[in-house]
Amino acid sequence: MGDDIKMAGQPLSRVDGKLKVTGAAKYAAEYIIPNLAYGVLASGAIARGRIKSIDTAAAEKAPGVIAIITHLNAPKPPGYFGGKESSDPRTEGGEYRVFYNDVILYSGQPVALAIADTFERARYAASLVKVQYVKEPPQTDMLSNMDKAVVPKESDPDYNRGDKNAFDNAAFTFEQEYQTQLQVHNPMEPHAAIAVWEGADAITVYNKTQSSPIAQEDIAKAWKLQKENVHIVSKFVGGAFGGASRVWPEEMAATIGAKKIGRPLKVVFNRDQLFNMVGYRPQSLQKIKLGADKDGKLIGIHHEAYGNTSTYEQFTANMTSLTQALYACDNVSTLYRLVPLDVSTPCWTRAPGEAPGSFALESALDELSYTLKIDPLELRKRNYAAQNPDTKQPWSTKFLNECYERGAAQFGWEKRNPQPRSTTNGNWLIGYGMATGIYGAWRAPSSARAVLNSDGTLVVQSATADVGVGTATIMSQIAADATGIPVEKIKFELGDSRLPPAIGQFGSLTTTSVGSAVNDACVALRQKAIEYLKKSQSSLQNTPVENFAFGDGKIKTKDDAVSISYADLLQQQHLPSIEVTVDSKGSEEADKYSSYSYNATFVEVGVHALTNQLKVNRVVSAIDAGKIMNKKTARSQVYGSVTWGIGMALTEESVIDDRYGRWMVKDLADYHVPVNADIPAIEVLFIDKSDDILTPIGAKGLGEIGIVGVAAAIANAVYHATGKRVRDLPITPDKLV
Amino acid sequence: MNEQEPFCPNESRRSFLKKSTVITAVALTPAAAINAANNHWDEHIAAAIENVSLSVEINGTRHTMDIDPRTSLLDLLRENLHLTGTKKGCDYGQCGACTVHVNGERVLSCLTLAATTDGSKVTTIEGLANGDELHPMQAAFIKHDGFQCGYCTPGQIMSAVACIREGHASSRDQIREYMSGNICRCGAYPNIVDAIEEVQKGGQKV
Repeated sequence: MGDDIKMAGQPLSRVDGKLKVTGAAKYAAEYIIPNLAYGVLASGAIARGRIKSIDTAAAEKAPGVIAIITHLNAPKPPGYFGGKESSDPRTEGGEYRVFYNDVILYSGQPVALAIADTFERARYAASLVKVQYVKEPPQTDMLSNMDKAVVPKESDPDYNRGDKNAFDNAAFTFEQEYQTQLQVHNPMEPHAAIAVWEGADAITVYNKTQSSPIAQEDIAKAWKLQKENVHIVSKFVGGAFGGASRVWPEEMAATIGAKKIGRPLKVVFNRDQLFNMVGYRPQSLQKIKLGADKDGKLIGIHHEAYGNTSTYEQFTANMTSLTQALYACDNVSTLYRLVPLDVSTPCWTRAPGEAPGSFALESALDELSYTLKIDPLELRKRNYAAQNPDTKQPWSTKFLNECYERGAAQFGWEKRNPQPRSTTNGNWLIGYGMATGIYGAWRAPSSARAVLNSDGTLVVQSATADVGVGTATIMSQIAADATGIPVEKIKFELGDSRLPPAIGQFGSLTTTSVGSAVNDACVALRQKAIEYLKKSQSSLQNTPVENFAFGDGKIKTKDDAVSISYADLLQQQHLPSIEVTVDSKGSEEADKYSSYSYNATFVEVGVHALTNQLKVNRVVSAIDAGKIMNKKTARSQVYGSVTWGIGMALTEESVIDDRYGRWMVKDLADYHVPVNADIPAIEVLFIDKSDDILTPIGAKGLGEIGIVGVAAAIANAVYHATGKRVRDLPITPDKLV
Repeated sequence: MNEQEPFCPNESRRSFLKKSTVITAVALTPAAAINAANNHWDEHIAAAIENVSLSVEINGTRHTMDIDPRTSLLDLLRENLHLTGTKKGCDYGQCGACTVHVNGERVLSCLTLAATTDGSKVTTIEGLANGDELHPMQAAFIKHDGFQCGYCTPGQIMSAVACIREGHASSRDQIREYMSGNICRCGAYPNIVDAIEEVQKGGQKV
């Protein structure tokens, strides 16, 4: 790290902020491409069956129409139709292939792509496509299809440690069922793709993706192209939350359509198409059984979880994993099953398993606390896991107790009257609730390139993404500390498959993985600079590396005998630039430890005594995510997580009409994403202690941890306010009657 | 079981034009007109004559053009004029990402047919700054981190400026209420309120 400037941790404003507030930041659909045609997808009208016939005559004759594409005339991506069931190792089964055949697998499935010279004309032509179907009765209700539940093909869906019958010896046992809803990512930017073929064997796709390397690989595979001939550009992503972590029908439709018409094509989803064409958080049914002694020590935990998937693909997001690691309990068993339905495949959604899983587990803990008459926070502290109770490994770092203590103090938890429905403010019943959050911390292999120019500027590159968290900003800060180059002379480039390959932006992995790679590349770069300096000054020949310092854009010896700017060094050596590319991954030492991020969320709700109107009055979120790289962007990220948790707890739900398998809630008027007036004061407390085992920069990952437990904390507060326990999300006023 | 898609209202538009063209043509040269209809020349003629002329001032520059009457102000800005700072979030008037000012008032450009802005003055996010000098609201959004992904941001900023001009920024609660037409899925709401409050209290001209 640089000696003079410690940029990491500083609340630096975003380096790309000006581009975003002036409208200059370019998102997928906004690239200006000559001769661009517009494609609009026509959605199918049934949830299961076959296309009997498609009449495209009227659409084809509409003004400006270039082509109408259906399964009957679509150019065939050779890898797509190769007969292999799945090309994606991350999911079991065969991914949905747009315009593959006449089979309808889910409601709203694309049946045609209308291509015209303007958007208005393409949209009109899409409305003229007439489809006749052979309909089959769809199955979309998970609860009435539980008998069809299957064991996921992923490894180890079930888990057991200790004695399954330990509950028999527990003084108290508790058993309950919980449900979570179908939650939709709904990023503000609709998924979009512009496909530009450069001859038959090369293509550029401008899209919305959390990983340009994954999009590159998926499209290369579908079209059987050399990977280096597929160029993915995705510089700015208007929110994703997991929903842009694989290639979806808009990318494939754009590549197929552009192939057909021999000119660049743009395809953008409508908002309603975003509800079930690009994944969603599956609904869940969970069963929890707890056994405890009279002091609240957990004797046994059993956690069963069922989530829906599609008929053609297994999407897994194990909701029970957190139960294996969160509390010190010798006897734990978990089970995870999937229920295939006539719906599109779900997708990773912010804290995919942990958000719904924690709702069940942390609601159950709260219920147990009332049975035992032990304060809910105290109950959790009594079951604090000093090591990983599953693997018995030590934690790399764990500051959950600090989260509990600081969060409780800031919130004023000690003022809580343990009696439910005991606190009022005018017509409002007031309740306090809390919950614990846990999310695995990992570091994935990633690469970064650092290029030092002779004018003293530094360019750092990595093919990661920024879906809004501030990647370029914190990477610039990390690079500044490693090189001593001021942050305003550093440019971080991302969102392009031609950059050094790196993990995408998901799983709270970017900072731990790419941040470490950036650090390592910059450290290697400064080593190289030292070598050049030694070459130029023979007196430094035997100076050990640790005697050099870096700051203000200079390399110095610690005794200040020598001090030279990077720019002068390169110019003296007649070097236009020096460059280092580093492949970076976690240490073997780190494998000996278990790493997680933690939080404790404290919530106050108000429930109107007459109308059951619900509101969150305030939230305190205390977070242990290792060292915080930028306190400004990090706080915003936790605001976002808490807001998502409030939506999950109180307002968000998409609903399917199971008679027809059709999605009824598919716009932002009916699907209630929290708005400004829904969000109270949120206080974010960072423990901000470095985890030096997991990463050289001390970070553990922040993207998901803030949402884990929030819905449970709110449900627990609603119970404390009203005496009414709601076990199925969202908690709407009718459920409190 | 077979099912035909329900009646599509759009279908009638061309049919009506076709009938009108044919009726007009019958009075002139029936054979040529019928021939034209069969070859769908009527579609091309209709497409040409149904465009409407529009003269609108956008960010201080007057634009005069013929447009497809179906074009929304949002699509005019983004697709025709390449002013992509104004964002399409839902296209149904439910998210606020497309907010611009028309004659000084905030409107949803996705629900505004471009043709209805004839003679109006439109300001978009690209027209808010004074050259390189950011508008105070833009600067406050950066300072208070009033965004993450940045996609709702232009709409938030245009709404925020209007919110102060309307006199709807006198308290945090009022700001939250009058900014609730602009959804931010990243959840930057508290920062957005901070930014607006600072600009409002700063008393700078917005």
